[in-house]
Amino acid sequence: MIRFILLQNRQGKTRLAKYYVPLEESEKHKVEYEVHRLVVNRDPKFTNFVEFRTHKIIYRRYAGLFFSMCVDITDNELAYLECIHLFVEILDHFFSNVCELDLVFNFHKVYLILDEFILAGELQETSKKAIIERMGELEKQE
Amino acid sequence: MAMSGMRGLSVFISDIRNCQNKEQERLRVDKELGNIRNRFKNEKGLTPYEKKKYVWKMLYIYMLGYDVDFGHMEVVSLISAPKYAEKQVGYIVTSCMLNENHDFLRLIINCVRNDIIGRNETFQCLALTMVGNIGGREFAESLAPDVQKLLISSSCRPLVRKKAALCLLRLYRKNPDVVNVDGWSDRMTQLLDERDLGVLTAVMSLLVALVSKNYDAYWGCLPKCVRILERLSRNQDIPQDYMYYGIPSPWLQVKTMRALQYFPTIEDPNIRRSLFEVLQRILMGTDIVKNVNKNNASHAVLFEALALVMHLDAEKEMMSQCVALLGKFIAVREPNIRYLGLENMTRMLMVIDVQDIIKKHQAQIITSLKDPDISIRRRALDLLYGMCDVTNAKDIVEELLQYLSTADFAMCEELALKAAILAEKFAPDLSWYVDVILQLIDKAGDFVSDDIWYRVVQFVTNNDDLQPYAAVKAREYLDKPALHETMVKVSAYILGEYSHLLARRPGCSPKEIFSVLHEKLPTVSISTIAILLSTYAKILMHTQPPDPELQDHIWAIFNKYESCIDAEIQQRAVEYFTLSKKGVALMDILAEMPKFPERQSALIKKAEDTEIDTAEQSAIKLRAQQQQHTSNALVVTDQRPANRSLPVKVPSINNNAEANTADRGLTEVNGTLSRVDPQSATPSADLLSDLLGPLAIEGPPSAAAPDDQNLISGLEGVSNSSDALALAPLEEQSNSVQPIGNIAERFRALCLKDSGVLYEDPYIQIGVKAEWQAHHGRLVLFLGNKNTSPLVSVQALILPPSHLKMELSLVPETIPPRAQVQCPLEVVNLRPSRDVAVLDFSYKFGTIMVNVKLRLPAVLNKFLQPISVAAEEFFPQWRSLSGPPLKLQEVVRGVKPLSLPEMANLFNSFQLMVTPGLDPNPNNLVASTTFYSESTRAMLCLIRVETDPSDRTQLRMTVASGDPLLTFELKEFIKEQLVSIPTPSPMPALAPPQVQPTIPATGATDPGAILAGLL
Repeated sequence: MIRFILLQNRQGKTRLAKYYVPLEESEKHKVEYEVHRLVVNRDPKFTNFVEFRTHKIIYRRYAGLFFSMCVDITDNELAYLECIHLFVEILDHFFSNVCELDLVFNFHKVYLILDEFILAGELQETSKKAIIERMGELEKQE
Repeated sequence: MAMSGMRGLSVFISDIRNCQNKEQERLRVDKELGNIRNRFKNEKGLTPYEKKKYVWKMLYIYMLGYDVDFGHMEVVSLISAPKYAEKQVGYIVTSCMLNENHDFLRLIINCVRNDIIGRNETFQCLALTMVGNIGGREFAESLAPDVQKLLISSSCRPLVRKKAALCLLRLYRKNPDVVNVDGWSDRMTQLLDERDLGVLTAVMSLLVALVSKNYDAYWGCLPKCVRILERLSRNQDIPQDYMYYGIPSPWLQVKTMRALQYFPTIEDPNIRRSLFEVLQRILMGTDIVKNVNKNNASHAVLFEALALVMHLDAEKEMMSQCVALLGKFIAVREPNIRYLGLENMTRMLMVIDVQDIIKKHQAQIITSLKDPDISIRRRALDLLYGMCDVTNAKDIVEELLQYLSTADFAMCEELALKAAILAEKFAPDLSWYVDVILQLIDKAGDFVSDDIWYRVVQFVTNNDDLQPYAAVKAREYLDKPALHETMVKVSAYILGEYSHLLARRPGCSPKEIFSVLHEKLPTVSISTIAILLSTYAKILMHTQPPDPELQDHIWAIFNKYESCIDAEIQQRAVEYFTLSKKGVALMDILAEMPKFPERQSALIKKAEDTEIDTAEQSAIKLRAQQQQHTSNALVVTDQRPANRSLPVKVPSINNNAEANTADRGLTEVNGTLSRVDPQSATPSADLLSDLLGPLAIEGPPSAAAPDDQNLISGLEGVSNSSDALALAPLEEQSNSVQPIGNIAERFRALCLKDSGVLYEDPYIQIGVKAEWQAHHGRLVLFLGNKNTSPLVSVQALILPPSHLKMELSLVPETIPPRAQVQCPLEVVNLRPSRDVAVLDFSYKFGTIMVNVKLRLPAVLNKFLQPISVAAEEFFPQWRSLSGPPLKLQEVVRGVKPLSLPEMANLFNSFQLMVTPGLDPNPNNLVASTTFYSESTRAMLCLIRVETDPSDRTQLRMTVASGDPLLTFELKEFIKEQLVSIPTPSPMPALAPPQVQPTIPATGATDPGAILAGLL
């Protein structure tokens, strides 16, 4: 199960934080700080997995952005690693050539997309097409 | 520049981005928060658009890491707005900013419920999403049935149903007691027929949660899962948008295989076969490709398939394929794959016996221990830890020690703990263990927890032979210039107790020991000073005749610390000072510490107890626990008979009173020492003895059954009871020993495989490894002492049946602490027989005498070798063996009903090779095998079974071979297997091993056979 998802830039600014487990405010700040410290200095030649407390962070770097997912240590690492990539592809498709600024100014859209992709810490939909179409539907409603 | 569509929001974000420094940003944020707070104050003037805008701004500020401690009510209230745009913001921001325990959530439950049961699909989706992400107990209580309805509703779009599935998953995971899933097995089975892969993905996650708690209710889902997997792996009818880099939804494949891992076995041979075909294809067909994403996705599937194969205990061939794959992975350069190779190899060790194969990769694994990536180093460490046994412990521990000097901070503690545990578990001799721990303290003292040095003290105290060695070592370390404080503690303790054993060596006079220890005092902390003071008192006591100079010096120190600010130190100083003036009395009070009671290592317990927090229990762990569970159940049922055969040496009350006072004195004197191993683990057996212990001491002798008492004293033959007991810790008094695990089951398992555990109790583990060739066999018994004290009077007697010639090599009389000895046993099969050899094994631990009789897995089928016989050979042979006594036929009734494939599996497992298609009648089964014995040499055996499809409880069996005895024995053997298949008969297993050899040696010709019958 995904415990939380973080999008952070190299400086550690959080661009998206979604928690599927109840954490206190102060704990969330600590987690974000620690996860950033943990992934930012890792060599690109290293694994995409790193232990974090009693869990595991699966992360991937795209340009200056780190996408990190905290999952159970018994979870399938590669499946979640590709889950990150699929999410990035969806964002890329939605924003046509996504960049960090898109995510900054449209952070609310990113939350919407994420809610169509992952729910309750589990994958909800793996079809890019289904999610993009759904976003179209939602935009019409506004 | 990309814009948010809300001007005010975009402007605010730009402002923040333009801030030069944190201070400016803070000012800007404060200004905005003030503004929002003001606007929220008179809400009436706010348009819905403005509200929405402010709430998004709040979320943005919150995301930047600022506290937003107001406005929650405004956010939550948006949920009840009538328009989509506001509702949406309300739901999303609520699920980001509030967590499930927030009070405000209670206020909106009704509103959320209305959205869920209402007609507006978009609202349903929003509500389900929020509940799925942050729904707590109250949501589960009031919404679960509605969510369940949506999931199975035929009028809802897939969009709603997949959200409902995951929403329900959340509610169920959090509150399994609230969400009623009775009767859901049929529904889940139906849901698995879903064509929409999005819904199916969500439903599969739900299924994993359900089966992880109770697989028994969901057997109906198993064939469906296999079918889904087949469909995916064959790429049948998979919509293009569910293909990921050419792979049909790897995530659904992974989830489905995950679900399958919670079913203990797959009984239906057809389903099993289909599944294995899929798995085989995955194992064979996954190649390394250039595209990273494709590669990852296909390997995600491959690693899950590996886990499933391991779980299903596949055929040997497939298992070795898995091991080979993992062997390949741990050598590749690609870090992710190497990491997963190491991780899965460690998991594999937990499931099956692959130690020997994995050992071949030891060098490779050690290379990974030095990888620059800490993630890989950790996996390598885990694997080395898991694969360590007596044969490679020295190498591995030395490797860990060496690595410890260069290892980084983040790994040291784990490394030190693991090295300490391995050293303890697999030490070939105890002096090596002491060396390792002292080196550990020396190299990484900061990371050596107190548990580790307490444990070494325990070992040294309990083993007289070890004491001089430990004292020498401790003395040597004291000469080193920079000493870790833990080393000061352990050296001080050991030298206080045992330095008098070194008195004649250079540099080891009491005075020298004292001064080298005292040098350290100014630099150490209070807790160490306390130990040093005790050590000084002990040195003083051991210095005979007294050395006035030393005495004055030490007294002066005591005097000085009498006014120490720390109460513990003060008390010690005062007491030692007074005591040491008492002369001879000092000798008694400061006498050597008594032996510690045997207890589970706190370290090992610590390592075992490390909890992992996962949404679903891991399948591997569940299995381990189930096994544990059965053994617990055994202990519980065993307790009563155990009570009755209570040990019971009843000592005179006087003796005990003395022992108690002496004990108390010591505890007081050695304040810190009594803290050694504070979490004295009390497994249920210990608990029992704790309860019984005082009874045995204080109660009148009649409290114990007098018969038993005689029995015991008769056994021990000596009246050593009272003085032995005066020192014996309570735990040791229980001498009724519970076996761990089911002996009968262990035997049965060993009849089918060649290595495993034959017997285990709290003190010893007996493992077996066997090799068979024709009519010869070589069994090796591994006798492992699990304790810190030796097992003595070890005796192993083989009672062979008349048809087996058995020769057991010498069994040592004593098994040293923690050691494992190997005793080869040569077996020659003289002629066919179903009788079973018995090992009569006994040992003494402390005052406990244990005697067990164990059947040895040198059974008839071990001398069989499957052989395939073609039709043109079979029939002439069959005809030539005509009628009794070479060919025997029997109608067997009361057979456990088995389908033909199941029966074929059973036959194959006993080395009877089934040849399908040889018999024209599909209800019949024909098998062939070769039997080896000295009298028959290699002899072909042919078997035919005719089953009655209308009544599976009966069949007709014909067995033929060239030897009448063989024909008869084989027929009976097969019959036994068919009639009594795996219904575990708990009774014989429950009988605890006799404390006393009670079975009378009758004058029968074949004692082995008689005993086997009794067992």
